[in-house]
Order: sequence, then C-alpha cells, then structure tokens
Amino acid sequence: MTGAASWSFSENDFKQIQTHLQAFLRDSNARCALLVDRTGQLVATVGETPQFDPTAFASLTAADFSANDQLAKMIGEPEFASLVHQGEKESMYLADVAKRVILVVLFDQRATLGLVKLKARSVVESLNKVFEEMFNRVGTGGAPQKGLLEGAEDEIDKLFG
Amino acid sequence: MSMINYASREINCKLVYYGPGLGGKTTNLEHVYAKVSPQTRGKMISLATETERTLFFDFLPVDLGTIRGFKTRFHLYTVPGQVYYNASRKLILKGVDGIVFVADSQLERMEANVESMQNLYDNMAEYGYDLTKIPFVVQYNKRDLPNAAPIKDLQAALNPGWPIEDAAQQKVTPDPSHPGENLVASEGGQWVGRAPYLEAVAVRGDGVFDTLKVVSKLVLKTLS
Repeated sequence: MTGAASWSFSENDFKQIQTHLQAFLRDSNARCALLVDRTGQLVATVGETPQFDPTAFASLTAADFSANDQLAKMIGEPEFASLVHQGEKESMYLADVAKRVILVVLFDQRATLGLVKLKARSVVESLNKVFEEMFNRVGTGGAPQKGLLEGAEDEIDKLFG
Repeated sequence: MSMINYASREINCKLVYYGPGLGGKTTNLEHVYAKVSPQTRGKMISLATETERTLFFDFLPVDLGTIRGFKTRFHLYTVPGQVYYNASRKLILKGVDGIVFVADSQLERMEANVESMQNLYDNMAEYGYDLTKIPFVVQYNKRDLPNAAPIKDLQAALNPGWPIEDAAQQKVTPDPSHPGENLVASEGGQWVGRAPYLEAVAVRGDGVFDTLKVVSKLVLKTLS
C-alpha cells in the first residue's frame, strides 16, 4: 500500500445505517448514536442533535479508541472491542464496527448500561455487514472516488488561486 | 484515508504536521485558526500539557472550498514532537492523506530534524505507507532567525531525494514554488524525486498558507 486506502459511501448506505441506528436508539433508550471512522471523520449522526462540536468530538473519539487499542495490546489483549465512559448524568459507549468504524452511543439516566450494551451487540452485527459489503464493493484500497474528481484539475487549481 | 460522503456531499481528508519538538507545528495550526473565517473552520482542539507542549495532538478542521459540488474538508493534525511520545505520535498518522514536515531551521536543531524525519519514515513504514508516494511537503520554519541553516544544507539533510524507477514518472518536473528548481530530475544518470519545500516564519504566518495550499492541492490531485 502506498498510502491510506480511501472509501466512499452512497446515500443508500447512509439510509441503511440510519435505519439500523434508529431502531437501536428506540430499543435501548439511548439519546444519540454517532459513527466515526478510525481516522476521526464523522460518518453519521442519528438521534438527538448533539450540543457539542461533532467534528471535534469525532477526532477525539478516534484518538481515544486508538490509544485504548494500544493499551489493550500492552496488557496482552488483541483489542478492546468496546469502551465505556460513565459520567454522573451522561455516559458514552463505544464499540468497534468492521475494524474501520467506531459506534459511539450517548445515553443518560433514562437508559441503563446493560441495555445499551445488549442492544449494541446486535446493531454492531448489522452494521458490520453493511460496512463489510460497502468495503467489498469498493475494494480495500485504491481510490473509489476516482470518477468524482477525474478531470477536476482545473477546478482544483482555481480553488487555490 | 480520504472519505467521500455522498449523503452530506463532503470530501474529507487528513493532513498531519510532523516534525521535531518546538519546531512550530502547533504554531502553523494556530495561524490557520486565527486567519480563516469562523464559517470555514471548526473548533481547534489541543491536547497539551500545562506548559503548552503537545501531549497527543492538535486538531483543526478547515473547509477549503467546493469542487464538483462537494465540500472539501481538511482535518489538520499535529503530532507531539518530543521523542518519547512516539506511541501517540504514530497513532495520529493512521489514515493520513498528506504530510507536512515542519523542520526547525536552526543549526543546532539539525540533528533533531534528521531524527524526526527518520522517525516519520519508520512510523509510515509500519503502517505500510510509502512516504515517497503520498502527498508530502517539507516546510523550513524559523527562517528569520540568525542561526538558521542555509536551505541547501537543510535540503541535503532532510530532503535529499529518492530514486525514481518508474519510467512513466521519469520526466523533468519543475518546482512551482522555486523557479529554476525541479521536483523530479535526472542527476548523474539517476532519476531523483524530492518533496516540495517551502520557507516559513510560522509565528508571523509567513509561508503557513502557502504550505497548506501546496499539500492540500497535492492531496486533491491524488483523488483526480
């Protein structure tokens, strides 16, 4: 691999993800679910609109997950597939999806950690399938978006004056 | 790892500012943050120690404009420059689309620059990324200081070039930032490629946007 692999997802992928996450939020009583890719880019947000800056949140989530991944290796675990950050009122549950994406669930006292964990397990399974299909479709490397920016050199030049 | 989101019509790319400690990586981001309109940038996040040394990373999202109806959003990251933070530094490189190496021009920092460049090559290799094949720019910072080393010496130490074996790429490519110089040229019978370089005084903002422009343009061009 010469550089990082690229990936893209269609509106149809997005709808599938949304449907799964909406059902999860309904079943678990959680407030909001975010999907963040491992490089810190926000993929999707479902549920209550977060009151914080979601972009910054996504980059910190990815860093948090990566740091914990390394900690897991240090103590002899291949990974921590999920993490919990429990606060007095607000809590977070993070889980790995298809090794490329992180599911972040925000929940408060209306939901219990046990229920969130239980329901998250099945939504992660469904999301794993969606993402694996997505990655298989576009391949693991290369630039699937080639068509999009092909011949856009002039536009790129113009963008930078 | 650039990501295209067709639902929100965004292209997201990740740029990492790498280099030795106290070289000016965070200063680059702070200048971009200060000068870009709040509508086109997000919040700057700094995970730093009490003495303002980067502990994990700084992060700044910036929108650079629209191409083919897609918003081009660049996520700018810095790494901690200090040698002993390598574990966290390596994490930030994951999924990188473009790299700016911020070198400290001061003569006495030459060794730190070389060590950091070597560390960058090593960390990239561990991810299976080839630095000679992804958008990569070297910024020589602190050019205003009296003890700044000549560009020629910095280039020889940090950007000496790599052999180009692929015949399709063996063509003279002028360096748009330095008339009369080439990014790809034949030297003594061997084709050599170099990363574009820029001079900067990041505390004054000199060269900061030029660097960002060069690297982000290279990243977008790899997508086209």
